[in-house]
Amino acid sequence: MSTTVPPAKYVSRLVVDPVSERRVITSEWLKLSTLRSSWVTMALGIGALAFLGGVIGFFTNQQWDRMRPARQAAFDAVGASLGGVRFAELAIGVLGVLFVTGEYGTGMIRSSLTAVPRRLPVVWAKALVLGVVTLLLSEIASFVGFFIGQATLGTHSVAFSADGALRAVIGTGLYLTVVAVIGVALGFIIRSTAGGIAALVGILLVLPGVVSILPQTWQDNIGPYLPSTAGAALYDLHPEAGSLDPWTGFGVFCLYAVVGLIAGAFVLNRRDA
Amino acid sequence: MIQAHGLSKRYGDKMAVDRLDFTVRPGIVTGFLGPNGAGKSTTMRMVLGLDRPTAGSVTVNGQSYADLRAPLHEVGALLEARSVHTGRSAYNHLRVLAATHGIARSRVDEVIELVGLGDVARRRAGGFSMGMGQRLGIAATLLGDPGTLILDEPVNGLDPDGILWIRNLLKGLAAEGRTVFVSSHLMSEMSLTAEHLIVIGKGRLIADLPIAEMIGAASRASVLVRSPEASRLRELLTGPNVTMTSREAGELEVVGLSAPRIGDIAAANGIAVHELTPHRASLEDAFMKLTNDSIEFHGGTTVDAGLETARGAA
Repeated sequence: MSTTVPPAKYVSRLVVDPVSERRVITSEWLKLSTLRSSWVTMALGIGALAFLGGVIGFFTNQQWDRMRPARQAAFDAVGASLGGVRFAELAIGVLGVLFVTGEYGTGMIRSSLTAVPRRLPVVWAKALVLGVVTLLLSEIASFVGFFIGQATLGTHSVAFSADGALRAVIGTGLYLTVVAVIGVALGFIIRSTAGGIAALVGILLVLPGVVSILPQTWQDNIGPYLPSTAGAALYDLHPEAGSLDPWTGFGVFCLYAVVGLIAGAFVLNRRDA
Repeated sequence: MIQAHGLSKRYGDKMAVDRLDFTVRPGIVTGFLGPNGAGKSTTMRMVLGLDRPTAGSVTVNGQSYADLRAPLHEVGALLEARSVHTGRSAYNHLRVLAATHGIARSRVDEVIELVGLGDVARRRAGGFSMGMGQRLGIAATLLGDPGTLILDEPVNGLDPDGILWIRNLLKGLAAEGRTVFVSSHLMSEMSLTAEHLIVIGKGRLIADLPIAEMIGAASRASVLVRSPEASRLRELLTGPNVTMTSREAGELEVVGLSAPRIGDIAAANGIAVHELTPHRASLEDAFMKLTNDSIEFHGGTTVDAGLETARGAA
């Protein structure tokens, strides 16, 4: 048996910086941009927003004479050109969920959290990175959608200077940005892809339908405050009676996202990874 | 340096890790040994702050892992479960991790070459074989050039070449003065790399000793003696440094005397001997004996090497 004399403590010469929020943001941007699925999902959502309005406009224009007068009178040219938003919110929300649950599904989260053991910077960075990317792309797509939509509507189109048009176009991008953040929040809370997507669809798309079969007084009290209904107040120029004011509604929608994100941060901090 | 104090983790009413106290020192490879389900992975996950201890604490270089300002620079970890997004290339996986610490791209290229993944670094990690995945894990471990390495079953899934590579790598890293903490459920593997052993079973510390001591304990030969006059023979064999156990009448397990010596004593006293079998236990046997009481899932056979074990040495 030989006794080992322990060598001097190892001294590294590698230059390394302490972990900071800024570096975690860079890392999250790399995570998002180096996955093909991110781009595919984003492209589906953005593409729908940019081009679905044109398709709707084209067929509306063609079928105009066969529309009933009541529908002609109620026609919302702005809403028609931004009709892709329903599809876009699904794709972008799913991307938000996947951005988180993809890490849980593959085990990447363990690498992420050993690199950033304080954990919470990861939550803020993910929401920020996806939020900014979504905002930029969906604002562009929203403008593209509006102009293609109006062009295909021909004589039934409205000008960009029309009342509320600018708000609706910019609002659509803002709405989708918040949807992305809600997706991230649901990902952190639920951790599984299937569960996260189910929750997203349930909250944004199914919940309003469920509330609509409740008694009228309940509908009036709850309906306007549902996340997607409150958020839609910003871009919907023909809201139902009783809807919240555009910016109030959007504020409520943002509140859901903030509360969700804080809940996600709380869960990430508490639970074992 | 890794230090655990009363480290415990409870899942429901089961203690996965039960009041562990140990210190892992720099400059040597420390083996973390125990049967499957003994709590090795849970312990390592608690070191890394992935799991929160139910009680007790564990520190790396005197600090809790979560308080390390540049954790990848201090600790490199290879977990047993895969920890890589399958849709990302090996190169991008390492870049993602490097970005959190401002580690240069040149270092990413360096570790890729070091683990021999140069040719496949741009391919999706999801298509990697187990061995390639393990090498990518090692690359991530070394990325921040840390002074402490924690590796959970690093040789799992590697071919003989890869196993040899890991062994030499670990020894080399320890020789540079780093703390190297490696888990395994294979005593034979540990005997080739580790200088010190921490053995656990059912979450409890069983032994914490230099491997030389473990080998000493294991290589103590025992002799199985069968005789109709076993009890009389037992009295004659009694002496200092001799230990005897008896599992059934007419049978003795003697440690501390050689077979010829026992035969001579029996002959001199006119005692008939029906069997005289020297038994030399392997390290594997010693480990089995040590952990036999604490194996979570028993197979059909029981292992009994007939050894006084190193239990007392802990």
